Amino acid sequence: MSTTTHQPQKSEISFTVNGQRATVHAHPMERLLDVLRQQVNLTGVKEGCGEGECGSCSILMNGVLVNSCLVPILQANDADIITIEGLASQDRLHVLQQAFLDCGGAQCGICTPGMILAAFHLLSKNPQPSREEIGEALSGNLCRCTGYTQIFESVAEAARRSTGR
Amino acid sequence: MRAFDYVSPTSTRQAANLLSSTWGNTEILAGGTDLLALMKEDVVTPKRLVNIKEIADLRGVKSDSSGLRIGSLTTLAEVAEDAGVREKYPAFAEAVREAASPQIRNMATVGGNLCQRPRCWYFRNGLGLLPKDESGKELVEEGDNRYHAILGNDGPARFVSPSTIVPVLIAYGAKVRLEGPKGKRELPLEKFYVIPKTDRDREHDLLPNEIVTEVVIPAANGWKVAHYEIRQKAAFDWPLAVAAVALKMDGSSVQAARVVLGHVAPTPWPSPQAEAALKGQPANEDSAKKAADAALANAKPLSQNAYKVQLARVAVKRAILKAAGGAA
Ligand SMILES: Cc1cc2nc3c(=O)[nH]c(=O)nc-3n(C[C@H](O)[C@H](O)[C@H](O)COP(=O)(O)OP(=O)(O)OC[C@H]3O[C@@H](n4cnc5c(N)ncnc54)[C@H](O)[C@@H]3O)c2cc1C
Ligand code: FES
Ligand code: FES
Repeated sequence: MSTTTHQPQKSEISFTVNGQRATVHAHPMERLLDVLRQQVNLTGVKEGCGEGECGSCSILMNGVLVNSCLVPILQANDADIITIEGLASQDRLHVLQQAFLDCGGAQCGICTPGMILAAFHLLSKNPQPSREEIGEALSGNLCRCTGYTQIFESVAEAARRSTGR
Repeated sequence: MRAFDYVSPTSTRQAANLLSSTWGNTEILAGGTDLLALMKEDVVTPKRLVNIKEIADLRGVKSDSSGLRIGSLTTLAEVAEDAGVREKYPAFAEAVREAASPQIRNMATVGGNLCQRPRCWYFRNGLGLLPKDESGKELVEEGDNRYHAILGNDGPARFVSPSTIVPVLIAYGAKVRLEGPKGKRELPLEKFYVIPKTDRDREHDLLPNEIVTEVVIPAANGWKVAHYEIRQKAAFDWPLAVAAVALKMDGSSVQAARVVLGHVAPTPWPSPQAEAALKGQPANEDSAKKAADAALANAKPLSQNAYKVQLARVAVKRAILKAAGGAA
């Protein structure tokens, strides 16, 4: 039986984030969003609504896209996490980041990390998505600035560039 | 958030023994998409949290002679992608795909969806399921009740049952299986939802130390099922009305029907009136309209939600026509 009772309050929780091991001390129901921003200094994870409605706090956890504002940190123990900071390599932007820049997919930028991660997740499963598939994959992400057209175009452009079409 | 401890049992039996027999002391944590918000706002303040995510037996979709068995820890995304669900229960797969957002479906579990707490804003502000002010005045009746119940609302409960996947599960004849310290039980899913009468009641027929282990959907043999929901926007808000319909046809006439409404009452709302109106009739525009009228005949809107009556009527009518037009 691996039942574990944790008292006092703070527990030690470890996970991998962008390929690096991180260990934090946190209350089990603290939001993964807050731990990533405050303890791991990954401020690319943005808080919009804090209620699961906007997707700006999206990250990849064990290969699936989740809202980090709804994930209790205890469920991130041993998880493999990717945030926007994990996409670029050294001095080169990720193809999605470059496409968002080139196509005007980012304006104020609050939604952008979540959008790009949602798109990254889509392209990793489906390298040549249709317009409809892009819309569906980004349906959990709100943008108040762009009206979505440039965002969809950025994702389509990134797909073209990375499949060489 | 208050102080609490947490445990991560690896079997349902252990989990049941770690839960208190009194509501308020302990809470079950599954995907956390609802519970985290409830705890952050101190709407629920357990002394112990029982994280059930490490109970491997509660995961996955299986099929056997009782039908399709969906473990309570299966996520909504896993259900939506399951080949057996998509092939044999397409209306359920559709309802799951329409629920919430991709991110939430990746975390949210089926058991958590069935047990999620009402979205009533009085409840979410810590005023309880049956909110009253100090003088005993009922807050929903007097206050902002735009999204509250139009059926089953003669009091004191006026919230609406939140799940959008439960009505279609009921239309398929689904059952829920529970396990507690005294053993297991099974009940028709519609019986799992109850209208609380006092502040001590819960909206589920669930003991504080019981765990939802699985949902069983019997084979849909011969039933044509459809799900229809009306939302203001496509995503991120909650539906204003949901209807699920199952029809068993005898030639061109309806031999038997199940009609279940959602987001209109404190429980999912089966409508025997609509079912009777359909029986023996052809499934067409005219009979669908009559059944929809019958489903809402007893509706009693509150001060600000009369618009929901017509929306619910439209949802029922369209679900009937959709079921009549499609396969199971
Ligand atoms: C922005 C947003 C939009 C949403 N839209 C929809 C929608 O359109 N349709 C819809 O149906 N839902 C919707 N939801 C609700 C979502 O589906 C639920 O939050 C989710 O299904 C809950 O599952 P969970 O595993 O995260 O549960 P948790 O948050 O872990 O638990 C929820 C509750 O259920 C209890 N519980 C969990 N598992 C069990 C179990 N096995 N046995 C007994 N009790 C249990 C917990 O104690 C808690 O009280 C939405 C949520 C958000 C935040
Ligand atoms: S901040 Fe998490 S979804 Fe909006
Ligand atoms: S760029 Fe401002 S919210 Fe999307």
